[in-house]
Amino acid sequence: MFLQPNNNLYMLSQDNLQKVEAICRHYPERKAALLPALWIAQEQEGWISTDMMRYLGTLLGVSYAHVLGVVTFYTMFQDKPHGKYHIEICTNVSCLLRGSDSIVDTVRKCTGAKPGQTSADGKFTVSETECMGACSGAPMIAIGDEYYEHLTPQKLEEILKTLA
Amino acid sequence: MEKYILPEIPGYHTLNVYEEHGGYSALKKALTMTPDQIIDELKKSNLRGRGGACFPTGLKWSFMPKGNTVTKYLAVNGDESEPGTFKDRRIFEFNPHQLIEGILIGCYAMGITAAYVYIRGEYGKWIHMLQKAVDDAYAKGYIGESILGSAFSTNIYLHRGAGAYICGEESALMNSVEGGRGLPRVKPPFPAQNGLWGKPTTINNVETMTNVPLILNKGWEWYSKIGAAKHPGPILVGISGHVNKPGVYEVPTGVLLTELIDTYAGGMLDGKKLKAVIPGGSSTMILRAEQIEGVSMDADSLKAAGSSVGTAGMIVMNEDTDLIRIIARISKFYYHESCGQCTPCREGTGWLFKLLKRFEAGDGRMEDIDLLMDVANNIEGNTICALGDAAAWPVQSMIKRFRDEFEKRVKPIETLAV
Repeated sequence: MFLQPNNNLYMLSQDNLQKVEAICRHYPERKAALLPALWIAQEQEGWISTDMMRYLGTLLGVSYAHVLGVVTFYTMFQDKPHGKYHIEICTNVSCLLRGSDSIVDTVRKCTGAKPGQTSADGKFTVSETECMGACSGAPMIAIGDEYYEHLTPQKLEEILKTLA
Repeated sequence: MEKYILPEIPGYHTLNVYEEHGGYSALKKALTMTPDQIIDELKKSNLRGRGGACFPTGLKWSFMPKGNTVTKYLAVNGDESEPGTFKDRRIFEFNPHQLIEGILIGCYAMGITAAYVYIRGEYGKWIHMLQKAVDDAYAKGYIGESILGSAFSTNIYLHRGAGAYICGEESALMNSVEGGRGLPRVKPPFPAQNGLWGKPTTINNVETMTNVPLILNKGWEWYSKIGAAKHPGPILVGISGHVNKPGVYEVPTGVLLTELIDTYAGGMLDGKKLKAVIPGGSSTMILRAEQIEGVSMDADSLKAAGSSVGTAGMIVMNEDTDLIRIIARISKFYYHESCGQCTPCREGTGWLFKLLKRFEAGDGRMEDIDLLMDVANNIEGNTICALGDAAAWPVQSMIKRFRDEFEKRVKPIETLAV
């Protein structure tokens, strides 16, 4: 492997590189570790840059084109930097029935950002997402890995205030 | 009824409590049996997959080549991304060890040395919960080399998805585990001949695997007597929408849909009237309120009623629901999630969504109703995987059962002022 850690700003930290190497042993081919490696890279950097994609491609023995294809296929991989908090609002059927419109409105009122936008202060990126498997807690949002269920506009405002 | 998939025992998700209540005894029993005996037990129990297709699990396992000479894999499908479905999440949270035990029994019965549990990317928290349980089971010697002193060794790995519904389709899931885009594969070859890395592979749903230890512990006769005769066992039903107590309820199959709404889910929200029910996740055909009378939550009853059991994710809608907006939203979902491989699905889902947006805005044309049907009919059955069908069925059933709703959104023809 000619790419060594620490000689490129965007490469994985020593710890994370070891994690990826350990995960490679779970599979008969290194290529299979691409999704876990992308998750690790995204956790480290907050997003996945072109340089990171090239680096991971070399690390796992796949082309940059393949990595780019994978990153853009899966909605959860971010190929652009986004706000400090990523607010994902479910607007699919179960949430729609229980008032996700008011949740979209409240998020917009509190952050100034519509789905697809980042707030002016760079703190919040807002997305409209498909069902996140929390239909009994509709309407709901996710911020990172955390789910906020059974929302009302009031409850949501308070949650967003604690983040602001 | 006693709960078998989600028992109400505090701390059941921890290894200690699980063991105190007889956990991993089914694995110990399995290790004294031959693989064929286990598969036979499953076949007789009539366990059918809980991922939507209701395929008999024992039969699926029997398709795998016998013996240990060839590397084989197990993939466990925890991608649950179908709108209205949220059951597997409860298993990861409240009963992970029973899932692990089921996976181990499956691996033993099919001679498999590595199992991959594919979990949707949004479930970051629940992946950590399951990982904790897997780590504990490794530490106790239930997973790994020479399990419980036997000659049987296997590993269980978790694989996190990243927000693609299509990866719940078994062959797309395999491509995703292999580190690629989640594009479904053409069948045949079927996974039992050519699956992960070209090796024989079986794919089972998380809930299905969680049923397996029960059958070994209590015997096929006991299991086959629970609920509906042709589709027996406990089933997790997720109820969402306009009900007082939305949630996941464990019931025997064969429970009436009306009972699920009125008793389990606490009745309709604000006492409103029922208008429609999507019985098994957004891809299953919608039923009018009067069509659910006497229909029960099992494969045959729902099939006879003109729908399917799917993943048992019921979406309940009251009389005020704008069904055109609902079907437009469902179509947007399939448009977004189509992987783009097959033309009928890639183009058709876009057509459906755009036409339905027109109706939603009140700009529909009478001939568009037939056009919608035509597009849906041309997607159905003409694609590699079932996503095309899943996109077509809700539209077809909505037009068949609620045509009047579409007609109301047709734009009146303006008469030209002369």
